[in-house]
Amino acid sequence: MKKDNQMLVGIISSVISIAVGLIFGFILLLILNPAKAGLGMSTMLSTAFSNMDQFGKMLYQAAPLMMCGLSVGFAFKTGLFNIGASGQYTIGAFFALVGAIGLKLPWWACLILSCVGGAIWGIFPGLFKALFNVNEVITSIMFNWIGMFLVNLLLANMPFMLSAYYGVGTTDRTAALSDANPSAIIPRGGLDRIFGNSSWINISIFIAVAVAIIMWFVLFKTIFGYELMACGFNKEASRYAGINANRNIVLSMIIAGALSGLGGGIYYLAGTIQYVLEKSILGMGFDGIPVALLANSHPVGTIFSALFISYIKVGGSAMQPNFSSETINIIISVIIYLAAFALLTKLIIAKFLQSAGAKNEKKEVKA
Amino acid sequence: MSVLANIISLTVIFAVPLLLVALGGMYSEHSGVINLALEGIMVIGALCGCFLLRSFDISGFGPSHPQLAMLLAIVVAAVSGMVFSLLLAFAAINLKADQTIGGTALNIFAPAFAIVITWAVQGQGQTTIQIPTWIRITQETFGMEKTDGFFATMFFKYQYLTTPIAVVLFIAAWLLMYKTRFGLRLRACGEHPQAADSVGINVYRMRYAGVVISGFLAGIGGLAYVIAVGSGFSSSVGGYGFLALAVMIFGNWKPFNILGSAFIFALFKVIAAYNSSIPFLPKFEGLKDQSSLYQMLPYIVTMIVLVFTSKNSKAPKAEGIPYDKGSR
Repeated sequence: MKKDNQMLVGIISSVISIAVGLIFGFILLLILNPAKAGLGMSTMLSTAFSNMDQFGKMLYQAAPLMMCGLSVGFAFKTGLFNIGASGQYTIGAFFALVGAIGLKLPWWACLILSCVGGAIWGIFPGLFKALFNVNEVITSIMFNWIGMFLVNLLLANMPFMLSAYYGVGTTDRTAALSDANPSAIIPRGGLDRIFGNSSWINISIFIAVAVAIIMWFVLFKTIFGYELMACGFNKEASRYAGINANRNIVLSMIIAGALSGLGGGIYYLAGTIQYVLEKSILGMGFDGIPVALLANSHPVGTIFSALFISYIKVGGSAMQPNFSSETINIIISVIIYLAAFALLTKLIIAKFLQSAGAKNEKKEVKA
Repeated sequence: MSVLANIISLTVIFAVPLLLVALGGMYSEHSGVINLALEGIMVIGALCGCFLLRSFDISGFGPSHPQLAMLLAIVVAAVSGMVFSLLLAFAAINLKADQTIGGTALNIFAPAFAIVITWAVQGQGQTTIQIPTWIRITQETFGMEKTDGFFATMFFKYQYLTTPIAVVLFIAAWLLMYKTRFGLRLRACGEHPQAADSVGINVYRMRYAGVVISGFLAGIGGLAYVIAVGSGFSSSVGGYGFLALAVMIFGNWKPFNILGSAFIFALFKVIAAYNSSIPFLPKFEGLKDQSSLYQMLPYIVTMIVLVFTSKNSKAPKAEGIPYDKGSR
């Protein structure tokens, strides 16, 4: 009974956060361009369901978001703030692409490689925290930048990875998988026929959902998961109970890194998008933070929150050129800001539910 | 020699934003609030400052009174930073929110807001605000003749009003922190807020002061960063807010140590940005895209430095923990 109530309170507080975020976004649109605000808002909210192609795009983007959300959420459960999902995602994508273009491996092997890449990048914040007491937030942020520059440096020195090697003029991106190694493209499993030949859709969304359910099992149904969460609740108490906190910090970051890395793998192995040598950090990892917060770090909740964030993102890019698609990030930031004092909102909601419950009981007594 | 003068001058101009923002972080953390939002505050400060400079440029006030216009832009950047930091203060102090998450929210908000506003003001797709050239301090500012020597390069090639202001603010920070009653009380709130409260210090008010001062400094720091980079403001400060946090940790939350580490970091930043034009750096034959290698350097150095300093770092003890009067 009590556990159900907690879940309900969590869901209600997330829905309130989303509602306030959307209202804030609408007010912003009204201020910027009153004449087109209504149109902009309806574009944002309806695009993902306007046709099967956009719906497929939403599902395609939701898969990596889900992985990054799981990564951030998993670290949260162990009391760590993994703001480095972006770097792990980048390294994961790089490993997957090396497997696909350089080593000509099939798609599933590339996905395993992407996990390995992300896990390697996740070790650093964990190790630095466990061994040297360096705050994982700073380490993760530094490794986001190091990861991005490292991938740029390595790709620039691996000419066989770039599209120019396959006779396409550009040198600033990796080769298209359809030219280099079609077997590395994640299969569509017949979904493209259902989705009206959408170029976006493939089985990655099912992979992500399956991983979410596995993570739920690991966290809530195994001793290992119990120990990790005990660490997150109270590090000292768990140490007193004989749990090796440092080992758990490192393990948790490795798993979180592998999850983000897999996200990078499934995004770039879809065959529709090539990795472009960037000068700024990829945003996907950062979008994992609101996904995790909205879901209360619950793996199954992450499935829904990732779908939601992907849904408004698809709508956001359709808002251009009337409004910048960055409007979506403003809405997301409002949602995170509200989630920061989730404890307070949850307390208020719980009280409200309690008093409502008490009233109902009274009524029953009267009747 | 002129290369050396250039490097020194550039290091100073890159150290200024790091110093200011790290000092801001220091105030906030000494009061007991982790200010992860420094990056976002810098963006807001830079946005407002740059827009003011742009409007001065268009109205003609700027070219005729360059340094006065610059001073006004700095004031506006500072005030906007203070206002924006209130959002963090409110969440962290009144609502006892998770400070890291609140800071992250502001960090996502600021660049998105900057892009949206820049679009709205400059028109679709115009995401860069150009910085006017008249803001630079030259020999003509002092009515001197233009020369080309070592010292002329050092003092008049890349310097702006932000540099002398940073010097003043640095001295003020040291005095305020260690020579005034306010500084002592601020530090007490970050070390042991319950004890501070028991002798009649208003912990909430002191923490507000700490966060708002950090907003003031980070706002100026944002403008100083954009000026230092010099290619206009396009809604980003390139992770400088986070680097400043590392500078602050390396500087052990003390003004003079922060000054030193700001210079070390700035030097690596200059090497990263100008590696191709610095003659005595190692050139790796056959390696493409060397600049990426040098651009990684400041972040790698940060990590190495943190490994050696974090074990015995003296972070304020109560930082990151919301103060609750009831839990004494």
